[in-house]
Amino acid sequence: MADIAPTAGSQVPPAEVEEVELYHAKSFWTKYIFSQDAKVIAIQYSSTAIGIGLVGLVLSWMMRLQLGFPESFAFIDATDYYQFITIHGMIMVIYLLTALFLGGFGNYLIPLMVGARDMVFPYVNMLSYWVYLGAVALLVASFFVPGGPTGAGWTLYPPQAILPGTPGADAGSGGGIVLMLVSLALFIVGFTMGGLNYVVTVLQARTRGMTLMRLPLSVWGIFVATVLALLAFPALFVGAVMMLLDRLLGTSFFMPTIVQAGQQLAYGGGSPILFQHLFWFFGHPEVYIVALPAFGIVSDLISVHARRHIFGYRMMVWAIVIIGGLSFIVWAHHMYVSGMNPWFGFFFATTTLIIAVPTALKVYNWTLTLWRANINLTLPMLFALAFLVTFVNGGITGLFLGNVVVDVPLSDTMFVVAHFHMVMGVAPILVVFGAVYHWYPLMTGRMLHEGMGQFHFWTTFLGAYTIFLPIHYLGLLGVPRRYFEMGETGFIPASAQDLNAFITVVALLVGVAQIVFFVNVFWSMKHGKLAGKNPWKAASLEWQTPEVPPGHGNFGKELPLVYRWAYDYGVPGAPDDFIAQNVPGTASEGAHRT
Amino acid sequence: MNLFQELTTKPWLDPTGPGKEPEEAVSLALPRSTVGLRVFLVVVTVLFALFIVSYSDRMLLSDWRAMPEPWLLWPNTLILVLASASLHWATVSARRGRLDEMKTSLVTGGAFSLAFLAGQLFAWQALVAGGYYAASNPANAFFYVLTALHGLHLIGGVGAIGLTFAKLRRGAKVEDVAQAVDLCAVYWHFLFVVWLVVFGLLLFT
Repeated sequence: MADIAPTAGSQVPPAEVEEVELYHAKSFWTKYIFSQDAKVIAIQYSSTAIGIGLVGLVLSWMMRLQLGFPESFAFIDATDYYQFITIHGMIMVIYLLTALFLGGFGNYLIPLMVGARDMVFPYVNMLSYWVYLGAVALLVASFFVPGGPTGAGWTLYPPQAILPGTPGADAGSGGGIVLMLVSLALFIVGFTMGGLNYVVTVLQARTRGMTLMRLPLSVWGIFVATVLALLAFPALFVGAVMMLLDRLLGTSFFMPTIVQAGQQLAYGGGSPILFQHLFWFFGHPEVYIVALPAFGIVSDLISVHARRHIFGYRMMVWAIVIIGGLSFIVWAHHMYVSGMNPWFGFFFATTTLIIAVPTALKVYNWTLTLWRANINLTLPMLFALAFLVTFVNGGITGLFLGNVVVDVPLSDTMFVVAHFHMVMGVAPILVVFGAVYHWYPLMTGRMLHEGMGQFHFWTTFLGAYTIFLPIHYLGLLGVPRRYFEMGETGFIPASAQDLNAFITVVALLVGVAQIVFFVNVFWSMKHGKLAGKNPWKAASLEWQTPEVPPGHGNFGKELPLVYRWAYDYGVPGAPDDFIAQNVPGTASEGAHRT
Repeated sequence: MNLFQELTTKPWLDPTGPGKEPEEAVSLALPRSTVGLRVFLVVVTVLFALFIVSYSDRMLLSDWRAMPEPWLLWPNTLILVLASASLHWATVSARRGRLDEMKTSLVTGGAFSLAFLAGQLFAWQALVAGGYYAASNPANAFFYVLTALHGLHLIGGVGAIGLTFAKLRRGAKVEDVAQAVDLCAVYWHFLFVVWLVVFGLLLFT
């Protein structure tokens, strides 16, 4: 049993909740490698996700080199190009963003923010990370098998994904697609282990007084995203298993009758569209699996750094829940050109546009939180504001693409690439950076360097727009996505190639500029300004720990008691301009609130 | 306060105190492991539901040829009933504090489960011997996938029984493992229901 009683010595009666069986590490290996402490697991998840994310970044450079300067690089042929785009997409969506938001931020923030000592099933939580690492290792291994990784596109559509001719699927050397599918299945198993922890910890391990409606919005975002992931990832698992069997055993779940090079293949009768439905039943909630934690985190960043309570907290919670629910009935808007029944398109266009309502509501609430607030343009706030603008940009192009008649001509053009990079690439990554600048002092006890941070922010923010705004224009010109090279076309002006070259140069520069961020992270660990306790004067529980960085068990001898929500900023009559969640209310305070 | 009431409160209005103390903030009056298992069972339900939806979609296509179910599935179903009943017996024994009875029922439940798995493998063998290969027809392929998936979940459960039993061998008392036994029983009943659905699907389509 735990040797730290949750409420030992407290004035209130002992909580009638189970104690977390805190595992006390006895060696370096169990403390830092096979650790069961959620904070260590968070850092392991984050490091691995960012490490593989950097591989994804380099792959995007390779793509950009080809697009910007075709036929200039001997080391990029069509096969390589398709492998680069496939693995880039897969890494960024699943192995970086999902793992970082849920495995990284989820593990670090949930126990600290809800007032728990750790996740409820620490051993399973540890296993979750190691299974994830195994999935990443398999993905990387696919670069080293004969034929290399799959080049089927990140959507892995059958039949081409498993047929010879597609990179990573050639007869005799096509281990790439097999490793990809096994890696995805493994990722899902690992995530499920972690996801159970996040959900049960939020539901059952909150400290006394931490009602659901006193949870910080970061926790709400991560919680609902985890529920989505637990319900959506099985669809990808089903698709991956069935495709694996199509490839390895010659079944025809998804494989139709195919004549290849004059020869009829053994496959027959399968339904490629079935895979598309399964894939997008996972794929669209996946957008919100990434977006909802970002929504939650950005709400907290805005509130803390504008010294103002979040506007419409209840609406914000309900919007997260409603967006989560709606995300399961919009998936086929990714399939308008698949030949499905037009009534289907009508239905999915309607649900897609409806989802804009709670989403817009969140944007209004963020804006109203900022209205007449004491906005401090700190680095986390800059990134939060950048997110706001970027998310609106990406969201608006989503309204274009949600309509069937607009989507059909724009489908498979660079416009789609620009849209999803803005809305689920740039926007969430801006939140990740903002969150790192915000919580780094808690994790290390030191501040990140302001100058390096400012340089990093402005190059990343302006750079991302310089890259992706022109890509919208290319899409409107009709430049198709996924093409290795364009050759001669009658409808795309030659200047489009100049624009592509410009975008490539900027992409390389913005990518290289990220080095400043990493230098800052490592340099500041030793040389950063000492942060002290709660440098941002934040009200939520993670900043109220007795030690900074928080020690094993998070809260010392006694768990904190929660008396209020996490957004008491600028309270009239309060001694400071905020009141932490663990400070009891006073009689005079009540009068100000009515 | 029920969940809906809780989600409609206005947290900005009611800081607790003075003179009041924060209340317990647990959403469900259940042990954490029970909530964990229930969440897991929801995920497994979604997984099987998606396979069944895929099955229903795929069977509409013209190449679908329904496969005869091996007779062995009937006695296997009975064996799984016995496994589930044994686990139920284990929970009853745990509640009554009868250690030996609990151990016996756990071993019996595990043995019946292993027998079920062996029976499924024999059913596979019979089908392969009859020329019903996975690649021959999607109906065959779904049979192998669904039974394999169900079997894998059962193997996981047998592992859980093994861990519980190992705890008992290390000297744990009935009350130390009662909850684990209870969870095993719930899991077995769940897998039995899943098997009935899967078997029914195979039988009637």
